[in-house]
Amino acid sequence: MTETATTGAQQSFQLKGATVPMTSLELLYFDSDSFEATLRDKIRQAPGFFRDVPLVISLEKYQGAANELDFFQMIGICRRHSIHVVGVRGGDDDHNRLARNASLALIPAGAVRERPAPEPDDKIVTEDVQTPASTPQAASPVAARIVTQPVRSGQQVYAPEGDLVILAPVQAGAEVLAAGNIHVYGPLRGRALAGVHGLETARVFCQSLEAELVSIAGHYKISEDLQDQGWKSAVQIQLRDNLLVVTPLDKA
Amino acid sequence: MAKIIVVTSGKGGVGKTTTSASISTGLARRGHKTVVIDFDVGLRNLDLIMNCERRVVYDFVNVIQGEATLNQALIRDKRVDTLYILPASQTREKEALTQEGVEKVITELSKTFDYIVCDSPAGIEHGALMALYYADEAIVVTNPEVSSVRDSDRILGILQSKSRRSELGLEPVREHLLLTRYNPARVERGEMLSVADVEEILAIPLLGVIPESQIVLNASNQGLPVILEDESDAGQAYEDAVARLLGEEREHRFLTGQKKGFFSRMFKG
Ligand SMILES: Nc1ncnc2c1ncn2[C@@H]1O[C@H](COP(=O)(O)OP(=O)(O)OP(=O)(O)O)[C@@H](O)[C@H]1O
Ligand SMILES: [Mg+2]
Repeated sequence: MTETATTGAQQSFQLKGATVPMTSLELLYFDSDSFEATLRDKIRQAPGFFRDVPLVISLEKYQGAANELDFFQMIGICRRHSIHVVGVRGGDDDHNRLARNASLALIPAGAVRERPAPEPDDKIVTEDVQTPASTPQAASPVAARIVTQPVRSGQQVYAPEGDLVILAPVQAGAEVLAAGNIHVYGPLRGRALAGVHGLETARVFCQSLEAELVSIAGHYKISEDLQDQGWKSAVQIQLRDNLLVVTPLDKA
Repeated sequence: MAKIIVVTSGKGGVGKTTTSASISTGLARRGHKTVVIDFDVGLRNLDLIMNCERRVVYDFVNVIQGEATLNQALIRDKRVDTLYILPASQTREKEALTQEGVEKVITELSKTFDYIVCDSPAGIEHGALMALYYADEAIVVTNPEVSSVRDSDRILGILQSKSRRSELGLEPVREHLLLTRYNPARVERGEMLSVADVEEILAIPLLGVIPESQIVLNASNQGLPVILEDESDAGQAYEDAVARLLGEEREHRFLTGQKKGFFSRMFKG
C-alpha cells in the first residue's frame, strides 16, 4: 500500500494550498532571561491570545551576533508557554543554517503582509504570514461557532477561524476568543478576545458590558478602563486608530 | 435505579456537609431509601454531623479496595431508618478514590437505594471530580459573596464538561442553586449579595435559601442534621428545599430581615 500511492491505490493524503494566519515575533537580540520575561509579560496581558499559536521568528531586525541566536532555547521557552515556533523569516545564511538545524521552516520574507505594530516598541507583532500555496484555492466562508450554554468561570471557548456567537452569559473568569467577531447575547463578564490572528476589523458585541478584558487584534482594555463608557449596557467595541472604541448599540 | 445527587460548591466551608446531612435526612424521612456518601477523604466530618462517628468500622476506601463489603461499611441512621451513611476514610490518600472503585460502589448502591447523596470535598480537584462524576442532579451550595459565587460558576462549568452525563452526551446534570448562610440584615446593608444578585449571575433555578443561624451550629455540635429541628428557620428552609427537589412548589421564606411575629406570619404580611 505504501509504495503504490501513485498507481491507483487510495492516497493517504493530498497536498493543498493554505493561508495560515500566524503571529510573528520580531527579534532584536536574544537573551534567554529577557526573552522569557518579555514573553511572560505579553502573555499576562492577553493570555488566551497566545495559547497554542504558531509563531514565526522574524530576523529582519535582528542586531545580535549569530552565535547568540539559540533557537533551541527559544523553542523551549515558547513551548513552556504553549507557543509553537514553526519557522523563521529573514536573516542571513548563518541564521538560516541555525534555524534549519533546529528543524524550523524558512519562510520567504516576501510572503508576508506587514501590519502596523500595536505599540511602537512592541517586539511581538501580529500579522498575516502567507505560506506559499502550491495549489491556491479560494477561501470558503467559515461558519460562525454558536454556543448556547453559559460560558462559566474557568472555561474557554475558541473559534479559531470565524466568528463566535454566544447566546448566554460569559461569566467572570471565563474567556472567549475568535479569529473574527464575537457576539454575546447576554452579559459579557469575562474576557473577550476578537481578531486573535490580527484581524483589526474584528468587533465585539455584547448585551451588557461587564468585561474583565476586551481585546481586538491584540489591542486590549481591562475592566477599569472600560467602565467609563457603556458599562453595563449594550455596546459594540471596535478598533480605531489603534484604540478600542466603545459605542452603544442603539446609536450604531 | 437510584437518583444520584451531588452536593458541591468549589469553595470550602460554605455548608455542603450541613446540606448533605439535612437533604439526605429529609429525603429518607419521606420514606425514600437514601444513602449519603462522604467523599471528603482525609477530612471526614459527615459522620460527626450525623452523630455516628463512634460507629464507623469500615469506610468508603475499604470498600473500594475490597477490604470490606458495602454492607459492612454502611451505617444505619438511628433516627431515620431508611437512611444510611457511607463514611469517608480519615487515614487514606485522596487518590484512593479511583474512578472504577467509585463506579463499582455507586452501581451497587443504585440497585437498592432510591437516592444517593454525595457530599463533595471543597475545590475542583480529584475528590470533587469523583463526587460529581456520576451525578444526575447537583445541588450547588453557595454563600452570598462574590468568591463563593465565582467558585459555584466554576463548578457549574465542570458539571457541564466533566460529568459522566456530559461525557456520554446524555441529558445534562440537573442543576439547583442552594443559597446558604443567608443573612438578610447584611444583604440590606449591602454587605452581601442578594438572592436576586446570585440568581442573576449563576442563572440556574433556585432550590432554596437557608438563613444564617446559630441553630445550625448548635445542631451540628450535637450531631443532629438541622432539618430535624422542625421549629427552626434553617430546619424549615431545608425541609422546603427537599420538597422542591421532589417537585413540589413552595414559596421561598426567610428572605427578609425583620423577624415576623406569629400573626403577620399567619396572615402573610
Ligand atoms: N446556615 C448556616 N448558618 C450558620 N452556620 C452554618 C450554616 N451552614 C453551615 N454553617 C456552618 O459553617 C461551617 C461549615 O459548614 P460545612 O462543614 O457544612 O461546610 P462544607 O462546605 O462542608 O465545608 P468543607 O468545604 O470544609 O467540606 C460549619 O461550622 C457549619 O456549622
Ligand atoms: Mg464538608
